[in-house]
Amino acid sequence: MQFGIFTVGDVTPDPTTGRTPSEHERITAMVTIARKAEEVGLDVFATGEHHNPPFVPSSPTTMLGYIAACTERLILSTATTLITTNDPVKIAEDFAMLQHLAGGRVDLMLGRGNTGPVYPWFGQDIRQGIPLAVENYALLHRLWREDVVDWKGRFRTPLQGFTSTPRPLDGVPPFVWHGSIRSPEIAEQAAYYGDGFFANNIFWPKEHFQRLISLYRERYAHYGHGTPEQAIVGLGGQVFMRKNSQDAVREFRPYFDNAPVYGHGPSLEEFTAETPLTVGSPQQVIDKTLTFREHFGDYQRQLFLIDHAGLPLKTVLEQLDLLGEEVVPVLREEFAARRPAGVPDAPTHASLLAARGTETPAEAAS
Amino acid sequence: MSERSEQHGAAGDSSGEAGRTGERSASSGGEGRIDPLRVVAVSAGLGTPSSTRLLADRLAAATREHLTEGGRPAEVTVVELRDLATDIAGAMVTGFPGARLRPAIEAVTGADGLIAVTPIFSASYSGLFKSFFDVIDNTALAGRPVLIAATGGTARHSLALEHALRPLFTYLRAITVPTAVYAAPEDWSSGGDGTGDLAARIGRAAGELAALMGDRPSGPPPEGAVVPFAEQLAALRPE
Repeated sequence: MQFGIFTVGDVTPDPTTGRTPSEHERITAMVTIARKAEEVGLDVFATGEHHNPPFVPSSPTTMLGYIAACTERLILSTATTLITTNDPVKIAEDFAMLQHLAGGRVDLMLGRGNTGPVYPWFGQDIRQGIPLAVENYALLHRLWREDVVDWKGRFRTPLQGFTSTPRPLDGVPPFVWHGSIRSPEIAEQAAYYGDGFFANNIFWPKEHFQRLISLYRERYAHYGHGTPEQAIVGLGGQVFMRKNSQDAVREFRPYFDNAPVYGHGPSLEEFTAETPLTVGSPQQVIDKTLTFREHFGDYQRQLFLIDHAGLPLKTVLEQLDLLGEEVVPVLREEFAARRPAGVPDAPTHASLLAARGTETPAEAAS
Repeated sequence: MSERSEQHGAAGDSSGEAGRTGERSASSGGEGRIDPLRVVAVSAGLGTPSSTRLLADRLAAATREHLTEGGRPAEVTVVELRDLATDIAGAMVTGFPGARLRPAIEAVTGADGLIAVTPIFSASYSGLFKSFFDVIDNTALAGRPVLIAATGGTARHSLALEHALRPLFTYLRAITVPTAVYAAPEDWSSGGDGTGDLAARIGRAAGELAALMGDRPSGPPPEGAVVPFAEQLAALRPE
């Protein structure tokens, strides 16, 4: 089981002081947070991709390449990489390059993006979101697996005799997660390829994601990649902790009340009851996270959102200390103890490399 | 109001089944038990007591009467939006309906016939009424029979039903019945014996709704049907 953090990369005023960090401060804070994640023993750092203010991470592989040089064990990922508006050829090249620089410590999560104007800015149409995700990934999948690609599709100029360079490290493409909040088509896509499915469940009630995840598991088995229980599932989470839960609630409330996305809506109490958000003691975070397994089955990756809504860097680093010292070690033990034999870990470069020698792909997905 | 009605609102969920697709036999063939048709009335009235709720109750009762006369038992659920006002606002902000709002949405989307009643504010439906339908998936009411009705302080706004409510439900691809019912203050004082204009309009509209409900194949389309991936890919193959 992998534990990590994912960041949106928002530049938001601290509601308690009114101070807004500069873009430069926010970008360097994200790097500091990633390095701290490795230091406290987390497994994964994932950055969002956005192309509009107030967000800074427009160039994820640049940031992850820098972090790769500052870290040794941390897996570098995204949440999400826009499969709709990025050229799949550039994704293939950028992430293969990152793989080489990071020694294979790279995977990525693909998503469609939900900001309408971003599509036309990149020459696309949001109403074609699903077809773009389907076609672009079909091409990306081939570019990493076939040395020379002839290709023609609806959305991109055709390719004749094209080789995406560098080739993936050791000939092993980065593992791909497909992120979705609402679309069964994406669960189906992930299942078809035997890729991972990440349900960003932090804003919505669990019943919705139970349907999506069970669809993915069922279809994963249908396509012959394993049993439903062996499908590769990732989940989000959102936490704010202090030793004393009352202190956590008091300190986090102004950030919650003014947060982008859900601020000025439901109360903190309602939101914590309905979604994975936990504001309280480390033990409360442990208890809540363990319920995810009951709701969604044994899963492979847990990412927490801890650095948004204007929280100061110092506070975020304290959250990482609590995660690394008090929460994740207990969760590792508890999840391991509950996990039945036969449920795999999330694939890594090393495990994919080892598996390549022993198996032939279940099907030629093209 | 004397009819039995089950109310959704701040109170808990009594409708675990409300959103489910049920097999309902439309035949009166004798041995098969006939599941009751679900009449759901949405009232956006704000007062207590509310004339909007009163109108919703009368329309629901009349619809049930028509259905019962036609051999189709029916059960009535009333959704009071006033009790859900903050939940509706919360759903607009977060993008998901909370625990109190979900049973109401499930009741409405699982209805065999819907009665939608709003007070007319500033020449249109109330903001609360519109917000409720805004947080429901815009395909969830497709093909659903709907009776639209409104109350107002003056009869001069009765055409708000035609220029505001009917286009809303047309957009949602619901099937609105021809008679829309508007109740102005004077309507409540005329024909207390049930013979006045309002009573006649209620009866006509309810009859139209009941007729559509009776003809309709039961239940919404099954949820979660997914297009197999090979078909998604094939649809993109260039000519």
